[in-house]
Amino acid sequence: MNVFSNRLFLNVLLAASIAVPSLAQEAHVGDLTGNAANGKKLYRRYCIGCHGPLGDGNGENAAWIDPKPRDFTAATFKCRSTPTGTLPTDQDLYNSIGRGFYNSNMPHWDALPDQNRIDLVAYIKTFSPRWKTEKAGDPISIPPEPAVTMQSITHGAELFQKMECWKCHGQQGRGDGPSAATLTDSKDNPIRPYNFAAGGDDSRFKCGATNQDVYRIFITGVDGTPMPSFADVIQPNDAWDLVHFLRTLQTSRHSKENDVLKAAGGKIPVKAADAPSGSGGQ
Amino acid sequence: MRTKQLFLVASALMVSPALLFGAGTISGKVTYTGTPAKQKTIDMSKEPTCAKQHTTPVTTETVVAGPNNVLENVVVYISAGADDASAPSQAVTFTQKGCQYIPHVLAMHIGQELKVVNDDQTSHNIHPLAKVNREWNKSQPPGTPPLSEKFDKEEFIPVKCNVHPWMHGYFAVLKTTHYSISGENGGFSLPNLPPGKYTVTAWQEDYGTQTQDVTLTGNETKTVDFSFKAKPY
Repeated sequence: MNVFSNRLFLNVLLAASIAVPSLAQEAHVGDLTGNAANGKKLYRRYCIGCHGPLGDGNGENAAWIDPKPRDFTAATFKCRSTPTGTLPTDQDLYNSIGRGFYNSNMPHWDALPDQNRIDLVAYIKTFSPRWKTEKAGDPISIPPEPAVTMQSITHGAELFQKMECWKCHGQQGRGDGPSAATLTDSKDNPIRPYNFAAGGDDSRFKCGATNQDVYRIFITGVDGTPMPSFADVIQPNDAWDLVHFLRTLQTSRHSKENDVLKAAGGKIPVKAADAPSGSGGQ
Repeated sequence: MRTKQLFLVASALMVSPALLFGAGTISGKVTYTGTPAKQKTIDMSKEPTCAKQHTTPVTTETVVAGPNNVLENVVVYISAGADDASAPSQAVTFTQKGCQYIPHVLAMHIGQELKVVNDDQTSHNIHPLAKVNREWNKSQPPGTPPLSEKFDKEEFIPVKCNVHPWMHGYFAVLKTTHYSISGENGGFSLPNLPPGKYTVTAWQEDYGTQTQDVTLTGNETKTVDFSFKAKPY
């Protein structure tokens, strides 16, 4: 390559990078590589109505939607495997698109081909410059789940008191704790705490349905909402105990936790001193 | 050689070298005109462990005014002209006590360690609603050790506790160590400034920012006052 064509090549490259700087983003999940340019076409077909042409969550439908569509320009995401305040992994975003968001207008897009979903992830990452300057956080590690025992459930119930989960979620986990009515998300829109007792065997959380998902939700926190991260204050095995207790709040859902509780007589022996008064759930 | 010795002497005395060549001070007062909005009384009855710590009614602190129209909690800082010093090694501390933030406005340098302490018998969640920095949200139950955090970029960040919705505060993340927060008499002081041209900015959480240019020629003290127009509601 002579000097002239070399320079020409560089100029073309420069021009291209100025013209479409935002589309240089890629995304990777397993063997899949997302292409933002393809993702843009898909976005304009499937996502633009709610998330808007600018990705700021102000699409045509947004005014009639509660909770509001995600604002991708803020790069704050609810469902992450990464610590609070960090960017999610490509896998996290890919999972969110496929899973949809329970109790919201975001449907599950698992009918789309895998390649389409990863292309969408690549395009979503073009809306905030954070993706160019920051790396995704390191996913939290989740130790293997110990056996479900009454001891584990009881200790989980104690943690539920000690961590004051009931302040928002209520003593029975119905989402009616004393602080529930005042909660707003980071855009000042009212938001309800999760009601564990609603729903039966089809119960899901916004960020998944498995015990591992429950573990991940309270350790990473749900960014952009009042739900904080408990990563610094709950030890790994204690966290599993809390998961086991939370499952018993889903009273109409069949689970090993509810089986163990039922076999033990259906009552959790909570120390009287730990049971505070003043919960809206009582 | 001479300069080096001077510098060594200065370092040994823990004095900024600027002092040797003359260091000025910018000081003044922050006031308001008009009538500030009446602050709301906070009802803490849902959190008895906090309510019992207060003998007098607690109010919101969006605007803290004193006698003679002075304004407290205004961050006054050098926004241009001073070297961007590196972050001080000692941490700044933000304490949750009686379900209030102490101080209500906490200034810090970019990258400086921020310690968040929970002195209460209740769980708080510390939720800085950052837009330029990263937004995070952490739970801090009673008896847990202080959280250690830092912010990378200049920003005034509102901080709230979602469990206790009346708790509001601010982190002022600055790229200078030359800052002062107006006290009970509305006064502020920015000492140890070498001769030069400076832009002084005053920030109040409800009233926004004001700037003034100041030139220091030696070790004089220049008076700069700020006056904000109060919002009636």
